[in-house]
Amino acid sequence: MSEQTLEIPCNIPADAVNPVEPFLRMDRMPHIWCPGCGIGTTVNCFTRALIDSHANLDKVAIVSGIGCTGRVAGYANLDSFHTTHGRAIPFATGLKLANPELQVVVYSGDGDLFAIGGNHFIHAARRNMDLKVICVNNLTYAMTGGQTAPTTPSKVISATNPYGVFEPAFNLVALAEAAGASYVARWTTFHVKQLSRSMEEVLRKKGFCFIEVISPCPTLYQRRNKMGDGLDTMKYYKQASKIRHGAPTAECDLTKSGEIVVGKFVDRDRPSYFEMLNSQMTETLGDRYAEPEVMCEQC
Amino acid sequence: MEDELAASITIQGAVWGGAKAFTVTSGPGFSLMMEHIGYAAMTETPCVFVDVQRGGPSTGLPTLPAQADMMQARWGSHGDYGIIALCPNSPQECFDLAITAFNLSEEFRVPVMLMLDECVGHMTEKVIIPDAAAIDVYPRRFTHLPPGEFRLFEPREDKVPDMVRAGDGYRFHVTGLTHDERGYPSMNVDTQRSSVTRLLEKLQPFTGERALSETADLEDAEVVVVSYGITSRVAQRAIDLARQKGVRAGKFRIISAWPFPEKHIAALAPKVKAMVVPELNLGQMVHEVERAAAGRCKVRLVPHAGGTVHNPEAILKAILEAAE
Repeated sequence: MSEQTLEIPCNIPADAVNPVEPFLRMDRMPHIWCPGCGIGTTVNCFTRALIDSHANLDKVAIVSGIGCTGRVAGYANLDSFHTTHGRAIPFATGLKLANPELQVVVYSGDGDLFAIGGNHFIHAARRNMDLKVICVNNLTYAMTGGQTAPTTPSKVISATNPYGVFEPAFNLVALAEAAGASYVARWTTFHVKQLSRSMEEVLRKKGFCFIEVISPCPTLYQRRNKMGDGLDTMKYYKQASKIRHGAPTAECDLTKSGEIVVGKFVDRDRPSYFEMLNSQMTETLGDRYAEPEVMCEQC
Repeated sequence: MEDELAASITIQGAVWGGAKAFTVTSGPGFSLMMEHIGYAAMTETPCVFVDVQRGGPSTGLPTLPAQADMMQARWGSHGDYGIIALCPNSPQECFDLAITAFNLSEEFRVPVMLMLDECVGHMTEKVIIPDAAAIDVYPRRFTHLPPGEFRLFEPREDKVPDMVRAGDGYRFHVTGLTHDERGYPSMNVDTQRSSVTRLLEKLQPFTGERALSETADLEDAEVVVVSYGITSRVAQRAIDLARQKGVRAGKFRIISAWPFPEKHIAALAPKVKAMVVPELNLGQMVHEVERAAAGRCKVRLVPHAGGTVHNPEAILKAILEAAE
C-alpha cells in the first residue's frame, strides 16, 4: 500500500471508531459466528436502533437463551444475561417486574424461543408483558449441528431429517398474533433498514412486541440444502421477499424456497401487564391498594 | 408463571432487577426446578426455593408426607456446586427460617432450600410474628466500586463476590457458562477449577461453626437420635420413652442439612454408642451421618417409605437395640 493511497481517502481521523462500537463489548471480539451468518447483521441493526431511539443504555437490559443467537447478550455493551435454554422470556419477565423502568429486550433464536421455550413465549404474549422479543430465525438448530427445529419448512434436509422434513412448521408471526402480541413484524437480514426501523419502533412501544428476522445459516442449512452461500441467500431474500404491511399473518407461512412475506403485520394497543394488574387491584381494593415497591436500596 | 421452569428462573430475573424473590413447590415441581437451581448456583444469584416434600418418585403421594428429596436438594442439578438447605419442624420455624434462608442467600450468594414436609407444611400452630423492625435482615451486598472498576465475580475474602443491579450503569454480563471474574465465558481448565471450587468452598463454614442445629440431653447420651423436620418431633417422643426406660438417649436435630454439619457429627460420634437416624425415606441423610461418624459409633437407619410419620415405638425400638 503506497503512502499516496493512505493520504487520499476520506479524512477518517486516526481515532475514528465504527459508530456501533460503543454498543458492543469490543474486548469480546472476534465473535463466534460463521462467515455468511446473519446474526451479526441483526446486531448491527439493533445497535442502529439503539442509536436512533436515543435510548438510555444504562436502562436497557438484554436477555438471551441458548444457541448461536443466544450469544448476542454477551456481545452487547448493556446489562446482559445469557440464561438457560428456552428460558430467556421468564428471566426477562422477572427482571421487568422487579425494575419496571428497564427496557428489557429478549434476543434469541427460533429453536430456543419456539421449541423448548415455546410455552413461555405464548404466555408472555398473552399477558402483554412489556418485553421486546427479537427472534433470529435461521430455520434450524445451528449451534448443535443443523437438526430440525419447529420452524424448519417441509422438504428441507436437516441432520435429523436427511430425507426431508415432513412435519409442518410453526408460522411464528401467526403464533405471536394469536397469542396476543401488541406488535408483530418480520424481516430478513437483507432488509437492514426496515429491520433497524422496526427495532427502533418496538423500543418506543409498550407491551409485548415481536420481530422475526429470517437469517441464513450457510454452514448447515444452506449448505445441506444446496442453497449456496451467504451472498446467494441475500439474493434469494431480495428476490423472494414481498413487503406486505398488514398482511394476514395466517398467510405468511414460510416454505423451502418460496415467497417470504415481510413487513409489519400487527401494531395494536392492548393494556399491558402492569396496567391490568393495577386496574384489577384498584377495582377490588380501592384506596387500600398501593402499587408494589419492589425496588429498595437495602434489599 | 406458567410452570416451574418459568417460576424458578423468573425469580432470578427479579433478583438481578434488585428484588428479593422465592418460589414454592412440591415433588415433581422440585424436579422441574433443578436446572435453575444449577443456574442460581453458577451465577451466584441469591434466591430461595421452598420444597414441601411429598412421597415420590414421580407424582407419588400428593398431600402426604415424606423426606425423600433431601439428596435431590443437594445434588439434583448437574455439575459440582453447593447450596444451603434448612429443615423447619414447626410453623413458627417456617417463618423464622424463611427469614434466615433469605439472609443466608444474600450473605453467601447461593440458592437456599427450605425443605419442609407435608406435615409441617399443613400444620396449624401458634406463630409469633415480631415487629418488622425487630427482624434482622441481611442486606444485599451491593458493590461500592464504580462501573469500570467493578468485576462481577471477583470474590472478597470470604470467597463471595459483591452484587450489582440491572439499570445502575454497570453494564455487566451474567452467564451460566463457566466464566471469569468479569463474568465473561471462559471455558478452560483453570477457570473451571477456580470458579467451581469456590462455589463449594464459600459454604465450608456450614460444616462446622455456622451449622444450625438443636441439641438436648447430649452430655450423658449413649444413643443419639439424629433427625430433622417432622421426624424430629416424633423422635422426641421416642427419646422421652427411652429415658423413662433408663436408656440415656439424646437429641441432635439437624436444622441446616446442607452443607451437612459433619464436624458436629464427627465430634459426637466417639462419645456415644450409636446414632439412630429416622427418616421419611429409605435412607438418605443417614449416609452423611455414617460418613461423618466414620465408624466411631454404630449408625442405624429407621426407614419409612412415606405417607405418614413414624410410629414412635419404631424409633424407640431402634434406640433400645442400639443401647445394648
